[in-house]
Amino acid sequence: MSLSILAVDDSKTMRDMIALTLNAAGMTTTLAEDGVHGVETLEAMEPPDAIISDINMPRLDGFGFIEAVRAREAFKGTPILVLTTESGADLKARARSAGASGWIVKPFDPEKLVRALKMVAG
Amino acid sequence: MTDQLDPLAEIKASFFIECDELLEALQDGLETMDSPERSAETINVVFRAVHSIKGGAGAFGLNDLVNFAHCYESVLDNVRSGLLEPNTEIMRTFFQAGDILQDLVRLSRDELPIEPSLTAATLTDLEALLSDEVEETVEFAPLVLSFDLDEDFGLDDAAPKPAQHSFTFQASAELYASGNEPAKLFRALTELGTVTCTPDLTKLPNLSELANAECFIPWHISVDTDRTFEDVLEVFDFVDGLCTIEQIAPQTDALLPPIDLPDVANIAEPIAPAPGHIEEATDVKPAEQLSTEPDSKKVAAPKATVRVDVDRIDRLVNLVGELVINQSMLSQSIVSAQAANSTEVETGLEEFMRLTRDIQDSVMMIRAQPVKSLFQRMSRIVRESSAAVKKSVKLITEGDDTEVDKTVIERLADPLTHMIRNAVDHGLEAAETRVANGKAEQGVVRLRAAHRSGRVVIEVSDDGRGINRDRVKQIAIDKGLIPENVLLSDTEIDNLLFMPGFSTAAEVSNLSGRGVGMDVVRSAIQSLGGRITITSVPGQGTTFSISLPLTLAVLDGMVIDVAGQSVVMPLAAISETMMLGPDELKPLGANSMLVQVRERFLPLIDLAEKLGFSPKRTDFKNCIALLIANDDGQEAAIVIDAIQDQRQVVIKGLQDAYGNIPGVAAATILGDGKIALILDPGDIVVRGIDHTDTAQPQSA
Amino acid sequence: MDQKTPSQTGREIELLSFKVNDQEYSLNIMSVREIRGWSKATPLPHSPPYMQGVINLRGSVLPIVDLSIRFGLAEREVSPRDVIIVVNVDEQTVGLLVDAVVDILSINTDAIDPPPEMGDNTTRFVDGLIIQNDRMIRLLSLKAAVPAKETNVA
Repeated sequence: MSLSILAVDDSKTMRDMIALTLNAAGMTTTLAEDGVHGVETLEAMEPPDAIISDINMPRLDGFGFIEAVRAREAFKGTPILVLTTESGADLKARARSAGASGWIVKPFDPEKLVRALKMVAG
Repeated sequence: MTDQLDPLAEIKASFFIECDELLEALQDGLETMDSPERSAETINVVFRAVHSIKGGAGAFGLNDLVNFAHCYESVLDNVRSGLLEPNTEIMRTFFQAGDILQDLVRLSRDELPIEPSLTAATLTDLEALLSDEVEETVEFAPLVLSFDLDEDFGLDDAAPKPAQHSFTFQASAELYASGNEPAKLFRALTELGTVTCTPDLTKLPNLSELANAECFIPWHISVDTDRTFEDVLEVFDFVDGLCTIEQIAPQTDALLPPIDLPDVANIAEPIAPAPGHIEEATDVKPAEQLSTEPDSKKVAAPKATVRVDVDRIDRLVNLVGELVINQSMLSQSIVSAQAANSTEVETGLEEFMRLTRDIQDSVMMIRAQPVKSLFQRMSRIVRESSAAVKKSVKLITEGDDTEVDKTVIERLADPLTHMIRNAVDHGLEAAETRVANGKAEQGVVRLRAAHRSGRVVIEVSDDGRGINRDRVKQIAIDKGLIPENVLLSDTEIDNLLFMPGFSTAAEVSNLSGRGVGMDVVRSAIQSLGGRITITSVPGQGTTFSISLPLTLAVLDGMVIDVAGQSVVMPLAAISETMMLGPDELKPLGANSMLVQVRERFLPLIDLAEKLGFSPKRTDFKNCIALLIANDDGQEAAIVIDAIQDQRQVVIKGLQDAYGNIPGVAAATILGDGKIALILDPGDIVVRGIDHTDTAQPQSA
Repeated sequence: MDQKTPSQTGREIELLSFKVNDQEYSLNIMSVREIRGWSKATPLPHSPPYMQGVINLRGSVLPIVDLSIRFGLAEREVSPRDVIIVVNVDEQTVGLLVDAVVDILSINTDAIDPPPEMGDNTTRFVDGLIIQNDRMIRLLSLKAAVPAKETNVA
């Protein structure tokens, strides 16, 4: 079972790292570079099993992106993890209010990322 | 195992390239913030740039960079949330922090040690701007990629205490809305040990009350595992607050007897929210409308780009250069073989020529980059040098998006740095002097770039004191560079600055140090196939004008005969060609000749003699002359034997093969396979007229 | 015939030997990139007399040094049968104009004698001497023979 993941981050370095990590774990990764591109990519692809998104991005940030995703019927229940550098209480509140399913703290531990994705994506 | 290191090294290299782009965006953003054009989006741009650098740096364990970036980012975050309003002082700190960040990136990339003294002062300034809450040092985990997939992801070292944890679990509607699913959570539980899930069907409402999105059924879950209850709860981390979990004490009768029910999965499915019925469908806005307000300065949508290895481009450029030469050689061969008489062949050749030129143009444009990054570097030089000599200086740039070959940009950095430092250090007067002379207290250094008649012109000017010609001349005499009582024009005096061994730094200042002279600057420019000239007005300022070839590869030239040799004169320099009649030739003294062109008199230069190919002619009647005009207005009539034709030639540098040759800019390969020299008309004119200089003897 | 003396310290190297005027010189073959027939060079303005000019070597500019003039030997006519030995010196590629290529020799470095006073102007261009039967083969010092790049600017 190869999980298909959509990863949205404006930093090429981050995108490359995520792709490297996920592909090595046997997942398929599709990349987008900001919220707008993320929505466009999402609509053009086979629905992914899960989405990871950065928060600070140009054009449309993480919150706006998740909001846009959740507004689409087909993706109401899609697991979404936010990539964030925040920690502690702020973190849960932020992620929660964004409509995310969970979070990954940057810089990310590859094992945690894979595990989290496997859990939420099933 | 080393295979896994390689992709990471590649990503790391790519990260540093990305940092350059981010640093440029940071600089841009800071400058916009400092100008009336700033908008709400500007601070976001600046914040994101620092944030992204921090993120990547963290992944590679670049501690110093992360810590500095984190501090900077925190201050920027305060600006972003309106807690801090940037004033001049704060902006200065921001600019400085940007410069330090650049240094840290560079040192990190080159794996050089980072002295605390580099960041100490700026960190103090930044920390002073933070609110009372003390920022903790960032904890991060350096990236350790282990791709051993046989490893069981998720099993940490457990304290072996087998136990059974039991609890009830009830999901709320929000849990589903967040994209989580009890089934997946339960499945994750199975990684910890044996799991038994029992739905409490007594809580099932009537069908009519069944709302798809809510799970009315609580579950009783027990997990047999070595792990603690906390470990079990960890699985529910993401849904903390979106569900209710109550631990059941182990020996209690509250445990319901397991009901014989079909598989967990089957139950879970129908309860999963069916699309369409829960919340009101919000209008799905088209993605573009959701974009944040674009920055007023520049378009936000990124152009599609591809990153290419510079080596590959260079190779392509060389190959295309060969193609052009080959095409020209082929044309020549066909003409010689008299096979060009067929119109088909002729048309084919023309088409071929057109295509190769188009390819060449396109390929050259790949290497072209706007000078903006170079000018931004100079921004920093101005900041640093003006601070060092305690002068207030402003840098104004024009033509930032003028495109120039990448190599040229790299090789211009040093010469421009020298010139700007000189301008700030020597060109601009102290504040009091300026005010006393009716000038604004703040000195202005201007950097201008433009395309002009097939070349790139870059000007560095200041509004300072101008060149003190008496002093310059005296210094040159003192240093034995010119004889005592020679008469020199203003331009000639100005050009003394370019002579090796000349330096006007009377005091040793912080900047000039060794007093690197303008001669080094000029060599650097010349090695690019360029030219540099000075104009100056005492009391008003000095301007250096650099003229560079547009591309390093191709030139429109006129192929001419000189003493039996074919040489190429750049077309851009030629203003006219004429046949010299007896009326137009006017002797000047014993050795010189002037040519009258309408109302002007131009000095005559015997090209064959100047190149050392033949002794000086005595009779110039009926010779052909090319009228050459320099960038700085100097004109001359250059006598040649004959004009062959006009064509575009591929430039081959002579620097690597041979070195500098006076009067010669480069070489090319003609259709017959022979090398022809490409002349430097500016150099020829200067040498032709210059009283003090003749060709120096070559080193043996 | 090569005189191969078994030795304990020296190593085997290969030399390309060639004629300049009537003298025989040699070069370590590792420095030699290729050997070409003569082609007419484009003269360079104000260049030293030994600088023949430049030729087109497959799209690159190759300066040609006339060794006979460089060594200060008697003047001779450049002949179409002359040979150009393309060599690498430091980071430069240069063509040496010589009369003819003679031989490729395998010799042991032990067999190279230090250069004596040559009695003509060639002393500084010679790194060593090899005596083979009655042939005196001068080992060319490329560093001395190939002039450094022109850095003249003024």
